[in-house]
Amino acid sequence: MKYLEEFRDGELAQKLAREIRQTATRTWPMMEVCGGQTHSIVRNGIDQLLDGAVEMIHGPGCPVCVTPLELIDKALAIAAQPGIIFCSFGDMLRVPGSSADLFRIKADGADVRVVYSPLDALKIARENPERQVVFFGIGFETTAPANAMAVHQAKLQNIANFSMLVSHVLVPPAIEAILNSPTCRVQAFLAAGHVCSVMGYWQYYPLVEHYKVPIVITGFEPLDLLEGIRRTVHLLEAGTPQVENAYERAVCFEGNQPAQKLLSEVFEVADRAWRGIGVIPRSGWRLSEAYRDFDAELRFDVSGITAQESPLCHSGEVLQGNLKPNQCPSFGTACTPRRPLGATMVSSEGACAAYYNYGRFVALESIH
Amino acid sequence: MSTFAPPDLSQWSCPLPLRDYPAIVMGHGGGGKLSSELIEHIFVPAFRNSALEVMGDSSVLPALAGRIAFSTDTYVVRPLFFPGGSIADLAVNGTVNDLAMSGATPLYLSAGFILEEGFPIAQLAAIANSMGAAARAAGVQIVTGDTKVVDKGHGDGCYINTAGIGFLADGIHIGPTRAQPGDVVIVSGTIGDHGMAIMSVREGLEFETILKSDSAALSGMVGSLLEFAPNIHVLRDPTRGGLATSLNEIAAQSNVGILINERSLPVLPDVQSACDLLGMDPVYVANEGKLVAIVDPSVADAVLRVMQQHEHGARAAIIGSVTSQHAGMLAAVTAIGGTRIIPLQIGEQIPRIC
Repeated sequence: MKYLEEFRDGELAQKLAREIRQTATRTWPMMEVCGGQTHSIVRNGIDQLLDGAVEMIHGPGCPVCVTPLELIDKALAIAAQPGIIFCSFGDMLRVPGSSADLFRIKADGADVRVVYSPLDALKIARENPERQVVFFGIGFETTAPANAMAVHQAKLQNIANFSMLVSHVLVPPAIEAILNSPTCRVQAFLAAGHVCSVMGYWQYYPLVEHYKVPIVITGFEPLDLLEGIRRTVHLLEAGTPQVENAYERAVCFEGNQPAQKLLSEVFEVADRAWRGIGVIPRSGWRLSEAYRDFDAELRFDVSGITAQESPLCHSGEVLQGNLKPNQCPSFGTACTPRRPLGATMVSSEGACAAYYNYGRFVALESIH
Repeated sequence: MSTFAPPDLSQWSCPLPLRDYPAIVMGHGGGGKLSSELIEHIFVPAFRNSALEVMGDSSVLPALAGRIAFSTDTYVVRPLFFPGGSIADLAVNGTVNDLAMSGATPLYLSAGFILEEGFPIAQLAAIANSMGAAARAAGVQIVTGDTKVVDKGHGDGCYINTAGIGFLADGIHIGPTRAQPGDVVIVSGTIGDHGMAIMSVREGLEFETILKSDSAALSGMVGSLLEFAPNIHVLRDPTRGGLATSLNEIAAQSNVGILINERSLPVLPDVQSACDLLGMDPVYVANEGKLVAIVDPSVADAVLRVMQQHEHGARAAIIGSVTSQHAGMLAAVTAIGGTRIIPLQIGEQIPRIC
């Protein structure tokens, strides 16, 4: 496939990795914010390839992981009501709430359906006018335009039996929250390329100006990531914090203007709780006044549901790179991938889950 | 939309037409006249063999001089017909392959059907005919069977269970505990074809592709392999959970590490693209006509050649080796030269949002 295979070239990757290792005079702790990037780093063994030159701290950019417990509980409460068709992206189904997950509710008889786009959920609503159809609208700025479009279309077409349980979160406030932590070790950020393809990257200039950290907009294929890391290491070594765009084939300064226009119409900025981190001010979106009728939280009266994160979970510190997963007292005992307490154990690429799965691992011999 | 269309049943004709019932009714599972008609008009003509035609309560088969292999599996695939095959092919080939993976020569199958009230008779006949054809291709006979009918809404059209018996020659000792450090890991062809072909026609996810299921009986290939290399250590058909699950299980059961080289993995470009799109990994995607062999390095090249000469093994490749390091775990050298662990998945692989 064009624009894909070219970015998986083994020889070029080795060349970039060599340059990064030669450039780094110390181990630079940097954070990739996006869960998709974490996945690609682990999937391709990039962290291992750069061992000693950089320490990749896996950021809070997996929307599945950071969706707060309270919202999962609300989803479960809605999905369990009779007559509801509850639609969700597949990987939300196994994320545990306080007492169950969506798989479990489905097994108990709830009509929970995996969809691949919020517009599919809208189609289901159109085809089942006698039933309430709810879409679990989670994600960062990347998934937001499609979710906004679904609500926008529902309003235009007057599909009254459709609603959305919204838990959208935003990248720049999360970066700022991490930088504001007094114990923050992160020296630079790889900004999430696909978030920037929607939002542009103008928001990062004030952050770089204020906190003096390089932020490099980075893609997802192995060469994209290595190029992003290479540029970041150069900026760190030179002591010149700047914004750089290493994902030019997808990202421009302004971002996707029609998408941003729709987003500002359908959503409004709100405080959001992040699983394992807590409430970050103005770090998410909820439906705006004009679209409030489509808010599932109000329609099904679940706003009273509250949930407490386990006090045993230290994932907030892990996310900031202050605690290694195996230094957490709950690691492997109260908290395992099958029964995760927090964000970092939920996703298979989360730092804690990665430690748990790979912890027994001894150095590999290479095969020729 | 997918370019795939279910088989044209208009051309199918029953040797002795079932006059009154175009669809399954509860009585077809009742053991009475309707049940007999189903057997007589559909199953016996489709499976045709002397053991079945006796129509006894059980089939009487000649004794085998030596060990027998025995296996069973149940098939619940949706949709029932998909590009490259149907539930019928899976029900025959799946059990045949399970037998073949112990080195046995598959001989006899049973077939149990759970049908949902209202299921079209023409589709059942098409399934039975395909099963008959698959059985003949695999060199096995379907010698006994059963049909039950469940109320409308309590089934998914058609479920099939097959059990099988195979003959195991002396001197064959293939098993998941026998992988040894130094052994070579060989896969018989491209991985992930079946799972992504099914995905491509799943409701809500139809995408245009030329992908086909790889469903095939591997007993012929195994027979040829054993002629050249009777001391194969492990054979496995990586079905649900894919190659990664099979190799993880072998690593755990043999208490060895397995290291594969991702650059050597045969993956069709369409499978890779579809996986990229959905955030899935071909190593976890199901296969229905592939095997993985773990063999002593001295016979690896011969085994590879025999596979490649076989109709279902043209793209066979050596993909890795067994090591005494990282016992119980599967690891990979990635396409860009990094390394990674490939763990067992907790549940089914699910398309990712991020």
